[in-house]
Amino acid sequence: MTDNALLSGSVSSLRQQLRDRAVSSEELTRACLERIEAYNGALNAVITMCSEQALDSAREADKAIAKGDIASLTGIPLLHKDIFCTNGVRTTCGSRMLEQFVPAYDATVVTKMRGEGAVMLGKCNMDEFAMGSSNETSFFGAVRNPWDLNCVPGGSSGGSAAALAAGMAPLVTGTDTGGSIRQPASLCGVTGLKPTYGRVSRLGIIAFASSLDQAGPMARTAEDCAIALTAMSGVDAGDSTSADIPVPDFHAGLHHDVQGLRIGLPREYFNEDLDPDVRERVMAALSELELAGATLVDIELPHSHYAIATYYVIAPAEASANLARYDGVRFGYRCEEPVDLEDLYLRSRSEGFGEEVQRRILVGTYALSAGFYDAYFNKAQQVRRVITEDFTRAFESVDVIAGPSAPGVAFQFGAKQQDPVAMYMEDIYTLAVNLAGLPGLSTPAGLINGMPVGLQLIGKPFDEQTILNAAHRLQSDTDWHMARPQLETVAP
Amino acid sequence: MSWETVMGLEVHLQLATQSKIFSGSATAFGAAPNEQADAVDLGMPGMLPVLNEEAVRYAVKFGLGIGARIGERSVFDRKNYFYPDLPKGYQVSQFFAPIVCEGVFEVPLEDGSLFPIRITRAHLEEDAGKSVHDAFSRETGIDLNRAGTPLLEIVTEPDFRSAEQAVAYLKALHSLVTYLGISDGNMAEGSMRCDINISLREKGSDALGTRTEIKNVNSFRFVERAIHSEYERQADILDSGGSITQETRLYDAEQNVTRSMRSKEVANDYRYFPEPDLLPIIIDADYIEAVRATLPELPGAKRARFTADYGLNDYDAALLVPNHALADYFEAVVTAGGAAKPAANWILGDLTAALNRNEIDIAASPISAAQLAGLIVRIEDGTLSSKLAKQVFDGLWAGEGDADQIIEARGLKQVSDTGALESMVEAVIADNPDQVAQYLAADEAKQKKLSGFFVGQIMKASKGQANPQMVNELLLKKLNDQS
Repeated sequence: MTDNALLSGSVSSLRQQLRDRAVSSEELTRACLERIEAYNGALNAVITMCSEQALDSAREADKAIAKGDIASLTGIPLLHKDIFCTNGVRTTCGSRMLEQFVPAYDATVVTKMRGEGAVMLGKCNMDEFAMGSSNETSFFGAVRNPWDLNCVPGGSSGGSAAALAAGMAPLVTGTDTGGSIRQPASLCGVTGLKPTYGRVSRLGIIAFASSLDQAGPMARTAEDCAIALTAMSGVDAGDSTSADIPVPDFHAGLHHDVQGLRIGLPREYFNEDLDPDVRERVMAALSELELAGATLVDIELPHSHYAIATYYVIAPAEASANLARYDGVRFGYRCEEPVDLEDLYLRSRSEGFGEEVQRRILVGTYALSAGFYDAYFNKAQQVRRVITEDFTRAFESVDVIAGPSAPGVAFQFGAKQQDPVAMYMEDIYTLAVNLAGLPGLSTPAGLINGMPVGLQLIGKPFDEQTILNAAHRLQSDTDWHMARPQLETVAP
Repeated sequence: MSWETVMGLEVHLQLATQSKIFSGSATAFGAAPNEQADAVDLGMPGMLPVLNEEAVRYAVKFGLGIGARIGERSVFDRKNYFYPDLPKGYQVSQFFAPIVCEGVFEVPLEDGSLFPIRITRAHLEEDAGKSVHDAFSRETGIDLNRAGTPLLEIVTEPDFRSAEQAVAYLKALHSLVTYLGISDGNMAEGSMRCDINISLREKGSDALGTRTEIKNVNSFRFVERAIHSEYERQADILDSGGSITQETRLYDAEQNVTRSMRSKEVANDYRYFPEPDLLPIIIDADYIEAVRATLPELPGAKRARFTADYGLNDYDAALLVPNHALADYFEAVVTAGGAAKPAANWILGDLTAALNRNEIDIAASPISAAQLAGLIVRIEDGTLSSKLAKQVFDGLWAGEGDADQIIEARGLKQVSDTGALESMVEAVIADNPDQVAQYLAADEAKQKKLSGFFVGQIMKASKGQANPQMVNELLLKKLNDQS
């Protein structure tokens, strides 16, 4: 087995090869580690390596396989976004504030993936505290898109998406507060799933906006996402907002049949603002599904245009409180020689947080202030309900809602950095899904000028199965998801 | 000018749950710094709160105990402010929708009458940690053992007009929560802390004056003194034409004055918003009824029963009931055969005095309820005079056995035999001819006084064992026979 075959293999195929003893987890893990060694200098996708620990876990996995003691991810190498707390392994959240932070506990997702036998290779770069859509806000430097090193990978799970696209691991984790899995998946040409809010425990995930944050898998195929989602999901006594709803075996439930599937196309997503090239790719993908028996239906989500404004009140408001704990007192960055308490707070936070994080803390603090609460936060909560009702109504007549994952392909570094609103528009098609708590995935829909673009499929609450099935069918009929960046020529 | 005091109280009550409100850490008092603080209490990244159901149940118990409405849907909110002993930078509290809504609490005053106080609300929240300023030089220590301890903040309407009412309310509250078993109510350890909102207005006026808030007063006595001292301060300002600044003040018990807390440049804006990490608390009628079924007899009902069933007056009932153990002791004495009124007198009199003198709790009383009942039986049947009874009581306290054993051992039986008493009376009359002559010459009022001398002599001669009532009767008869 060549390294290249290993490094482009899906979880489901690698799983079979491991079971057949065609390859060992140690070999697979070594190949991934070498790939990271070779290309991380160019991509900056991984910020913490766990090579020794990974090889130990891989050997353990090989022993387990030899004994026939095989779980759903036994021996499969994995990279976690650096927002998941990992016991004994530095967890930075992309921030100077947590540059030296080593948790004494694992996130529930980390525990579950390990429990299923996955081998953690390391931690992926990300926008600082998951605030960003380009991965340019990371304290550890920007991540480069493996399809074009001059372009961003998207964000905030940009390191995860880039690493996956670059063949550094067959499976990565991400989190999605307003599009942070789906948009980078779109920009890097991989499949990414944001589950229903409550499907995956948030315990041990460093909070950005608690009512919106949700962890999910990114992989090469929808099938792999189904395997990983099953492993990650489930009610957690440690997260009161995790849903006490049975977790189906999404992989076992996967099928190709989209006959009669009603796919809603929101007028508001396919309007004159949509980039014609993106429209062309998205419609091409939807035509495939139509050809396979699905029905395309025009629908309305009349309050869609409020999503960005609503999101950029609620998310920063929650963040302003969630990030208050980084005060230089108990853990994290502390400024040198504070003269008094106020100086300690002021300088620790000014020096420890980057510009975008500070901007959002200020916006959120403002939105919650006396005299502004009703006009901003309270109003945003009301609009959030209205947006959710839009979806509920739409789902009375369709099974899935489709649209672009992002307004365009990957853009060049710096292109939107000086214009926060232009950057916020990156998530125009994804934000509302978080506000409504719905599951959404991005699946590759081909290339525009050599750069990937994604189709977004949005499901009913806790109906990840239907969008996984639709993506699975699309991936059976097309090979867009098989397209890989030619990293060897891009970054020799 | 004549001023009327208007006050509302906020009490922070520490709930006696085994673990904290949002984490599994223990809540016991007195552990070494930070030994009872886990990753949740420290506000570590990624940690989430999980609501302790016991705290909810305790809050509902309280609500039912004061007859308040229980919020069907109460919500936790984040109260945002920076302080080193507040680990997350926000306190999880309930601002918009509290668990206990409006109610009326009937507070017994010393005269036995009831004084209704309107409860505005009571809400659940987590306590902060403690800044320790005296452990290190030039540095402040942080102890997070207390961080996350469940508190119930009980807020009243401005219904208090005097310090006495405020203290009576706090005592009644203390009694209620200990009856309910939801708090130890220990003010010295901070289980019950009181903030006093106080303003003055002209007598007869309906308007409210500008108030100050006296924070964290931690004993009944200090509450009373703090109110008096703040009244004086505000009255002085108003009398001299000044105006009150709305501010937070602290009571300095040593100087007996209130002081302004370091004034902040800007007023605190706590930016409350619903806590997204916790679900709303939904309380249905079944839950409420299940909790109601666990409620013990509460102080109000017990007071009513003690007056109705035992014939106690309001005053005695009001003294016996607040302390659950004392009330239980009283009932045990009665059950063991002691008559109710003397039982109340002995418990509230000699026994309480002796317990206080020796700093012993009623639960650890050296005299058991059955022993006290034995003493009372012997008084009632005439075996003991009140004077002898005191000696027996001392014997009981000293552990000399039961009342009968002590009477026997000390030879304390009251002499009620007419023959024996007659000869004692005759002997004293014969021995004191001068006093007899004085007596006979005196008017009726003077006679009454002089008769005391003879009684004293007889009691002395009988070593206190003569039945004083009989002695009196015989003496008068014999003296009058002399004339």
